[in-house]
Amino acid sequence: MGGEPNSDMYMSNEETVSPRRHWNETVMLQSLKTPTRLAALLIGALVLFLAMALPSVAQSIDDAIAKLTTDGYSDTAAAINALATSGSPRALPIVQALNDGKLQFSASDKKVFIVTATGLVEAVTGAPVATPPADISDVRANNRIRGLVNAALGALSLANPDPQKRIASADAVFKSRDEGALAALDTAIANETNSTVAIAFKAAKAAIILFKADAPVNDRVAAAQAIQLRGTQDAVALLRSLPADTPKPVLEAANASAKAIEYNLALWSMAQNAWYGLSLGSVLLLAAIGLAITFGVMGIINMAHGEMVMIGAYVTFVVQEIIRTRFPGLFDWSLTIALPLAFMTSGLVGIAIERTIIRWLYGRPLDTLLATWGISLALQQTVRSIFGANNREVGSPSWMSGSFQVGQLSITWGRMWIIVFALIVFAGLIAILRRTPLGLQMRAVTQNRSMASAMGIPTAWIDALTFGLGCGIAGIAGVALSQIDNVSPNLGQGYIIDSFMVVVFGGVGNLWGTLVGAMTLGIVNKFLEPVAGAVLGKIFVLVAIILFIQKRPRGLFALKGRAVES
Amino acid sequence: MIISFLIKGLDRRTAICMLVLLLICAAVPLSNAYLPVGHPFRIPTDEMLQFGKYGSYALLAVSLDLVWGYCGILSLGHGAFFALGGYAMGMYLMRQIGARGVYANPILPDFMVFLNWKALPVTWYGFNWFGYAMVMVLLVPGLLAFVFGWFAFRSRVTGVYLSIITQAMTYALLLAFFRNDMGFGGNNGLTDFKDILGYNIQADSTRRGLFVATMLMLCLGLWVASGIVNSKLGKVLIAIRDAESRTRFIGYRVAEYKTVIFTISACMAGVAGALYVPQVLIINPSEFSPGNSIEAVIWVAVGGRGTLIGAIVGAVAVNWGKTWFTGQFPEFWLFALGALFVAGPLLLPKGIVGSISDMLAKKKSSQMYASLPATSEAVEDGASPTVE
Repeated sequence: MGGEPNSDMYMSNEETVSPRRHWNETVMLQSLKTPTRLAALLIGALVLFLAMALPSVAQSIDDAIAKLTTDGYSDTAAAINALATSGSPRALPIVQALNDGKLQFSASDKKVFIVTATGLVEAVTGAPVATPPADISDVRANNRIRGLVNAALGALSLANPDPQKRIASADAVFKSRDEGALAALDTAIANETNSTVAIAFKAAKAAIILFKADAPVNDRVAAAQAIQLRGTQDAVALLRSLPADTPKPVLEAANASAKAIEYNLALWSMAQNAWYGLSLGSVLLLAAIGLAITFGVMGIINMAHGEMVMIGAYVTFVVQEIIRTRFPGLFDWSLTIALPLAFMTSGLVGIAIERTIIRWLYGRPLDTLLATWGISLALQQTVRSIFGANNREVGSPSWMSGSFQVGQLSITWGRMWIIVFALIVFAGLIAILRRTPLGLQMRAVTQNRSMASAMGIPTAWIDALTFGLGCGIAGIAGVALSQIDNVSPNLGQGYIIDSFMVVVFGGVGNLWGTLVGAMTLGIVNKFLEPVAGAVLGKIFVLVAIILFIQKRPRGLFALKGRAVES
Repeated sequence: MIISFLIKGLDRRTAICMLVLLLICAAVPLSNAYLPVGHPFRIPTDEMLQFGKYGSYALLAVSLDLVWGYCGILSLGHGAFFALGGYAMGMYLMRQIGARGVYANPILPDFMVFLNWKALPVTWYGFNWFGYAMVMVLLVPGLLAFVFGWFAFRSRVTGVYLSIITQAMTYALLLAFFRNDMGFGGNNGLTDFKDILGYNIQADSTRRGLFVATMLMLCLGLWVASGIVNSKLGKVLIAIRDAESRTRFIGYRVAEYKTVIFTISACMAGVAGALYVPQVLIINPSEFSPGNSIEAVIWVAVGGRGTLIGAIVGAVAVNWGKTWFTGQFPEFWLFALGALFVAGPLLLPKGIVGSISDMLAKKKSSQMYASLPATSEAVEDGASPTVE
């Protein structure tokens, strides 16, 4: 029964990567990886384009192509420069092929070819070549050529039709601060319509000018200010890395700019923490909300609550297994299908437990505690016997994977949906309790059992249904938690203490208290984490709750009146 | 005063039980030491060790019964006091290793050398003296219980709420002791012990000594607990258990009574932990896990809460069952334990000892056509058992 603290159990790994790093990495990865793929794609796509391309453009690169066939480095260099400024859509794949060592030429035909996965194609037209010329050989490159190719690629991709690629190439320029790209950047800025891309371009241009020793001081000061637009950590690093002999006004402007960015970043990191806090809070809410019914409303200490969550998670696993083997097309619907099934399964297990065991123990809360703990042990062992002790793989549907960017915040869809889902479950539960006859009867039974019974409400049956509802909600929570936690027989144990803390902290018998309690604990936890570390932060929270209960033994939102005493 | 208190504690049941314990305490080591190997009555060393372990569990159960059975405080954190006592003992044993560790550092325990620590932390000062360590065994759990109880009982945290926050307490300690920077060995805990009071801790003779010590401490614990229960203090505790508000209105300071009994109980649990560690030769943070504390509660429930002797019976019976089950049908142990948790409150609400004494009392009363003899328990006085 050795418990192990699972400090980061609420955080999947992807989110522990800082958002900025995450962002930069994707951008860099794209710039490293995609040009080859892009080239291959463009070759296909631009064949069409080329059929309509203006002859003048074709002509302007014809000279360059001719120079590539002479097998001389200076001619090749000239050709690359010509290609970079040609504006021809064919220029990029050609330079790219040269970069990848896949450009070949035939001196006799005065033609250049690109080696692709499917065979040789004519570089200018993109038409496949059935029989390669006899004298075909590689276009050679030395270090100077490679440098030129890199610069040309940067300039060419500034005009890429995909905004993400344009941003990537702007970032590449921002890092290399290659003065040769200045002209290309100017045209790119003039033509740019997308504001995000325009900012990236301007930042890249500012970076070049800032470090250009012979640029006018005023321009460099303006550039230092313009870099603020970028607002990332690498911009700060860039601003701080100015050589010491830089003119004073420039240095000062750079410093001020860096400070402004850092302030901004601090705000974003606060927002990030708050977001993580909300995310953890929603997980706690999901785990605790069923308990708010069984413990909060009915007063049953259900130590097997965590196992109801676990059952929900295993239902998800089983549903996904069936879908994988029988109906692979439905995978994106797996969670939606699992939800009602998990609710039913956990709910029925709950009703069975209530009817066979708990109903004999009403009025003996501590005995209930022991009995339900025993049930939790038995349920864990049952699941272990059926599914094994190891973690089970539960996949994420496509709409839950990936992330999106809000300013400097990286928000994963999975987290986003879990927050939304937790709030929906909460609202649904409130609606059931407030607006349905079942909810009315539940409240009547918990407030005054004998009076409710006298009014003709079948109290025993309502007890069973209420308990089943609480357990069913726990099962639903299990579906959501299967997305972020390991699905193992011990899944529930990790949540049981936290759930009780949330319910007791929020105030027993009050669903709104549970909501506020969960969110408060989540946010406090996440703000403590960077300061104190995950484990210590959690200890602080536990101690704080223990102290808080001394102060307000009935929680944040205490029920008032005579009902409290019973 | 103390003597009269202890004499009062020797009611007939306790006296018989202590006699049995003392007999075991003498017979088991003697049979282990003097009967030849293979003799049918010889108790092998590992079996003796096993029962020594049960003995320390029994002491923990007695301490828990004192607060739960007689004062209605269901602590789900008594495992924490047990583990703290165990850690105090473990720290003494760690310091006794001296230069015989893997890194042969005369002052620092191995794990500190491994973590590149240069000096002994303040928390470890003095633990090379047995006496100091024994004081700590009592003091650390006692102090924690006192502070915790003082705050909790004064603000009238009762019943289930108290159970939940005691559980949170042991959980927080579990997390804390897992941390390496706490300086208590982190995940691995304390182990590799060599000596206790200069004797080789693995030698048979030392183990016999430990068994005797455990049984004697268990006897003493039972005696003290019984003394408390039979004293005036005990009567007030039972009053608090059965009607806390009334007791308060009569004029007793309920919070103070509760704090005192909680602290005494925690000290007993600490002693149990200190006896446990030299027999199992390891103490690690998993002893703090909430599950262990709840398991201790079930020993008391099975044996019969509010009987003291029941706690001993329950602890030994459940743990013996656990050893047997995990040996024979390892996968069914949790089912059996779960069933015990469920069946205990449902079928045997008074536990083994409580049910037997009920049965005996009924027999007697039907024979003598008289009402029950007056015993100390309100449960048997006909009042409804509102243990909460």
